[in-house]
Amino acid sequence: MIRKTLALAAAAIGMTAIAEPVLAQQNEQFIPLLVYRSGAYAVNGVPYANGVVDYYNLVNERDGGVNGVKLTFEECETAYATDKGVECYERLKGKGPTGAAYVNPLSTGITFALTEKTLADKIPIITMGYGRADSKNGSVFTWNFPLLGTYWSAADIAIQHVAREMGGADKLKGKKISLVYHDSPYGKEPIPALQVLAQKHGFEFTPVPVTHPGVEQKSQWLAIRQNRPDYVLLWGWGVMNGTAIREAAAVAYPRDKMLGVWWSGAEPDVTPAGAESVGYKALMLQHGAQRTPVHADIEKHVYAKGKGITEKDKIGEVLYNRGVVNAMLGVEAIRTAQSKFGKKPLTGEQVRWGYENLNLSAERLKELGFEGMLRPIKITCADHEGARDGRVQQWDGKAWKIISDWYTANQETTEPLVKDVSAKYAAEKKITPRDCAKES
Amino acid sequence: MVVFGQFLEVLIGGLLAGVLYSLVALGFVLIFKASGVFNFAQGAMVLLAGLALVRSLDFMVARGVPVWAAIVLGLVFAGLIMAISAWLIERFVVGPLVNQDGLTLFMSTIGATFIIEGAAQLIFGSDVYPLRLFPTDAWFLFESAFPGGILVNKLDVWGGLIAGILVTGLAIFFQKTKTGRALRAVADDHAAAQSVGIPISWIWFVVWLVAGLVALVAATVWGTKLGVQFSITFLALKALPVLIIGGFTSVPGAIVGGLLIGAGEKLAEVYLGPFIGGGIEYWFAYVLALAVLLARPQGLFGERIIERI
Repeated sequence: MIRKTLALAAAAIGMTAIAEPVLAQQNEQFIPLLVYRSGAYAVNGVPYANGVVDYYNLVNERDGGVNGVKLTFEECETAYATDKGVECYERLKGKGPTGAAYVNPLSTGITFALTEKTLADKIPIITMGYGRADSKNGSVFTWNFPLLGTYWSAADIAIQHVAREMGGADKLKGKKISLVYHDSPYGKEPIPALQVLAQKHGFEFTPVPVTHPGVEQKSQWLAIRQNRPDYVLLWGWGVMNGTAIREAAAVAYPRDKMLGVWWSGAEPDVTPAGAESVGYKALMLQHGAQRTPVHADIEKHVYAKGKGITEKDKIGEVLYNRGVVNAMLGVEAIRTAQSKFGKKPLTGEQVRWGYENLNLSAERLKELGFEGMLRPIKITCADHEGARDGRVQQWDGKAWKIISDWYTANQETTEPLVKDVSAKYAAEKKITPRDCAKES
Repeated sequence: MVVFGQFLEVLIGGLLAGVLYSLVALGFVLIFKASGVFNFAQGAMVLLAGLALVRSLDFMVARGVPVWAAIVLGLVFAGLIMAISAWLIERFVVGPLVNQDGLTLFMSTIGATFIIEGAAQLIFGSDVYPLRLFPTDAWFLFESAFPGGILVNKLDVWGGLIAGILVTGLAIFFQKTKTGRALRAVADDHAAAQSVGIPISWIWFVVWLVAGLVALVAATVWGTKLGVQFSITFLALKALPVLIIGGFTSVPGAIVGGLLIGAGEKLAEVYLGPFIGGGIEYWFAYVLALAVLLARPQGLFGERIIERI
């Protein structure tokens, strides 16, 4: 009898021990993290991933999660390789009590590979500042969210800035603009928009591909020296950016006539070239290298508890901030979705609704500690980009300095392209576009 | 005249870029020549050497050591690191595999690659570390004859000079010294070399050390060009077509192969690229290598292997 009682007690204790984590797990929202902390692009991938992780930890430590639902996450190393990215997605998409809330591939190549998979799995795919530009059209690309700016918006902003420097859009006629780009889906993405802009403004556009990873660019820059373009746009990533600046210096191409996309405008892109980088410019995906109240919160609630993931002096760098912004938008999408579906772990389908109804006003951004980093963003069924604003920064040898006012991408230029390309995609994949007027 | 000047510029730039590839290819040749092993880890060794150099240099300069002294001490430190890694590789990777076939040894160097890459970044960091040992600006030659002159990068010229010195030194080492001859004997047949009293573990340590020092030299030039960072390991891929053309066993072949690949790929990219979409230099190098393989399977300077069946 005593033995039986002891056995029952032991079983009860055992069940409690097992049940507690299970119960805890049931109140957790799982987010897969596709990262690259190794490989050719780790220099850029690491700070971004650190920003994401620090923000999720901040939400857990400071707020106890999103309305009491703890955020859990697991990193999977893609090394920026599409095959590994797909493998990571397949491995992580079903984790947590409700599966993945959303996925950030952090690679346009992986985005192309996952677009149809996420459609089938009903998981939103978030490509903030990258990915397929045509996926801005939410009526066709229900699950894709190229938040804050597509490459077609970036191309338009870049040409707006070049035009302003030259004294007006009419001065672009007859000028030569080259695009030095990473020969990958990422680098090729702005080409259709730049071709449209070249036709519109009458400038000569020359695309110049650079093979992955971009350690050798001598022939491209010798060709540029011979062609003598008036401006060079740079669509590089990782080692390609620093090498491009070095080679530009070697052929005496002026750095202040180079304008990088927002993935070519972080600290690791300019520091290797030292003084040769001075004058180089890059677009900003709204934010720059800066510190706002959210950074103070991260230091207070995460780093003070020893849970920080990077060195303190890296907090506030460009790519770290991009990771923080990306994580914040995800958290706010979950919060928005909770307002409709309840304060509990949500499925990817429910979080998708949260993204599509995300509306962050200036006041809300201030409350969140992002004042000065971001402008208001409003996502709708028809507009999965939500905002298309940018500025231009210039490297002065020690820090990035903002040198322009805000630009907003001209939708008159990009929208016909979005409609045309997304309609072709819908026809090819037999997708019936949603009627956004009926969506709520 | 303008067109000819531009052609000359691309040709010279290509030849000099090819010499920089040769610097990496030399490390492969050394190991293959002396042990019959295709060393997949050569790119990782360049990374390790570069990181050891630049991190120690930064450490000393930050503590007020004069730059010239920091460079000398940094090179010594990096050399020491390469010696330690050579000993570890001989002791734990290739040493236990004496008399195994080439493929087994090759696989072991793949394993060593991952360990070296991981350990190097774990110990010395994984950021981009600027290195400035050589000038990186350019000369503009014959400006009176060609508008704008012919651009020649000073770093490339330094690379060429260093490669020339290295090749001369290595050629003398292999042909004229007792150790060099022993290295060649070991490469021909491990067991036979052992049977005539050649200490194989010592010989392999020496050859991995020399390859490590060649990697250090490559790292000084490529680190100045790119900054020391993980991507430097990709240089191994640029060295492969050089090896195929020059032959895996020829030190001068590595230089000639580099010149052919460098000039060929740059000319192809600039003059052929615009007609077929550009970005062709990477695969064009392998097309060139393939063409050589069809005509001379052992490469232009490789040893013809005749085996009795």
